[in-house]
Amino acid sequence: MQSEQQYIELYKQARQLIMDHAPEPMNAVRDEAFGDFCRQGFPSKKVERYKYTDIQKLFEPDYGVNLNRLEIPVDPYRVFRCDVPNLSTSLYFMVNDTFYRGRPASPGNGVVIGSLRDYPEVVARYYAKQARTSDDAVTALNTMLAQDGLLVYVPKNVRVDRAVQVINILKATPQNAQRQVPDLMVNRRVLIVLEEGAEIKMLFCDHTADDRRFLATQVIEAYVGENASLDLYCMEETHYKNVRVSNVYIDQQANSRVNHNVITLHNGITRNRLDLTFSGQGAECECYGCVIADKQQHVDNNTLITHKVPHCTSNELYKYVLDDRATGAFAGRVLVEHGAQKTSSQMTNQNLTATKEARMYTQPMLEIYADDVKCAHGSTVGQLNDAALFYMRQRGISLDEARLLLQNAFINEVIDKMKLEPLRDRLHYLVEKRFRGELNKCEGCKLCK
Amino acid sequence: MLEVKNLHARIGEKEILKGIDLVIRDGETHAIMGPNGSGKSTLSAVLVGNPLYEVTEGEAWFNGKNLLEMKPEDRAHEGLFLSFQYPVEIPGVSMTNFMKAAINEKRKYQGLEPMNAAEFLKLQREKRKIVELDSKLANRSVNEGFSGGEKKRNEIFQMAMLEPKLSILDETDSGLDVDAMRIVAEGVNKLQTAETSCIVITHYDRLLEMIRPQFVHVLYKGRIVKTGGPELAREIQEHGYDWIKEEIGEE
Repeated sequence: MQSEQQYIELYKQARQLIMDHAPEPMNAVRDEAFGDFCRQGFPSKKVERYKYTDIQKLFEPDYGVNLNRLEIPVDPYRVFRCDVPNLSTSLYFMVNDTFYRGRPASPGNGVVIGSLRDYPEVVARYYAKQARTSDDAVTALNTMLAQDGLLVYVPKNVRVDRAVQVINILKATPQNAQRQVPDLMVNRRVLIVLEEGAEIKMLFCDHTADDRRFLATQVIEAYVGENASLDLYCMEETHYKNVRVSNVYIDQQANSRVNHNVITLHNGITRNRLDLTFSGQGAECECYGCVIADKQQHVDNNTLITHKVPHCTSNELYKYVLDDRATGAFAGRVLVEHGAQKTSSQMTNQNLTATKEARMYTQPMLEIYADDVKCAHGSTVGQLNDAALFYMRQRGISLDEARLLLQNAFINEVIDKMKLEPLRDRLHYLVEKRFRGELNKCEGCKLCK
Repeated sequence: MLEVKNLHARIGEKEILKGIDLVIRDGETHAIMGPNGSGKSTLSAVLVGNPLYEVTEGEAWFNGKNLLEMKPEDRAHEGLFLSFQYPVEIPGVSMTNFMKAAINEKRKYQGLEPMNAAEFLKLQREKRKIVELDSKLANRSVNEGFSGGEKKRNEIFQMAMLEPKLSILDETDSGLDVDAMRIVAEGVNKLQTAETSCIVITHYDRLLEMIRPQFVHVLYKGRIVKTGGPELAREIQEHGYDWIKEEIGEE
């Protein structure tokens, strides 16, 4: 059986049920998404943008989907303490793919941080416009099954000073559950709309809160208006049975600024896609990625930055440290369209493989149809510096400790670029803990923390 | 302190040390001189356990312990220190973190608690004075962007911090101006006690006039071919190595 078949059957049988438990604007695009999904099927590894991650295989196992929107009773404030505490953030939770309502709403000034169900007008205007279902089977699948999600809306010229932290908790087992529950598929959806001159900093932390197998698809769409500013941090710290397929779409209007950071501290199999488009002149983006993987973990970052208009600046730096038999992939493409003069673009991917078995696939690509641009790309895969290791050992630093210091130094370059200061400090601490092997407590435990 | 017997070592297929015998007692300072390529740096590298070199024969005993069986870090913990001819730059690792790791690993080896931050900073401040090292360097990455003189003074600073029993200075004077060399030499002298020893590898007697070794050895083609007092260094400075080569029956 082809792996998409079970989802096609599911949709045919449960279409009405899905619709009954979802808001109208999300239902409006559902059938079209279904059509697109049937037409495409899951991409094989022959499809260029998916060649480093076997999507078909990831979707093969039988997962439960909570289409009835049965509540998994959980008080996230009690079961969960995130690893990035005391950030003085405004804290919100998504339990699986549902916005958690245990929190009094909104930080005021017309700012919305709430469920997609509650704001049909905004959702109707923006939902599933960027994340085209015809173009990506996982986006199509997510659009066809998603029933709730997070809306972030910042009105014109409103600055949200306090960072907004959203903790995504994956949890299949209700507290005090008597029987075994199935592995769970969740389809998470996020819509971020920043009107002209709006500003917000968002931090998403992904965690697993029990030891079931999870398959999480995620689609984030962000509209960044003129002169608006978005800082988006996505940190993953899940367990080794977790599969995450995340597609992030960002549209930037004139003179807007985006800072996109993706941090994989601990995971199972992760595939992150970022499509960022410059639609207005004078916009800037910085995209940073930090990956630490070991054992059999797999992390694939796939980025496409499209310069449609002149005078935009993009800057990408992704760094990986791969240990044991981990595999990593980075495929970055910068597309400078015809007429996008004075584009400035820099893409760098640097990787450290700590063992002979660790594998890194790196593929930086520039595609330029304008003749007055400044673009550069570079990529390295290397090992720890033997001379430095020996120098440290001569000073009495053990080989393990010396390796740790060097790996830390390597990854800190990208962490230091992250602008959310308390997060940066916390990351320094978490990364060191990660390298010491003290962060993967998730294995076999009932609750992460 | 150190006893080396018939030490042979090679790098790859090339044999470089061909039977070194050397005895260093507590409180002694020895100079090792010799033409380029004679094996001086190899000797120091082998003693501190650089994995690039393979010992094929011979023994080395350090305060009664078999040096060649120890990991490089344990040799350091036992009190062996090498001032590198080319100190390695380590981008992203701050001098302070590096030194803290080194000190605390040594303390762990000795069964002591890690040094607290205040104590460490105080120690660092004191030791920096010995080589007149700018405190700004502490926040920089190890050796990164240091001038040649700063790198060498930084080596002696690390020596001061770690208080080794036997220090090997591998061409610490190379690339130093007169003032820097004086600072380095004075630093080394301040750190010498009746219980510590020192091996100075150099091409020039200028450093030796300041450090004043009791013994001078000439290393040539992987062997120590001549040993004398400080006057030997002066002779070499004036006449080169040809007369020694003649003495041992070579042109």
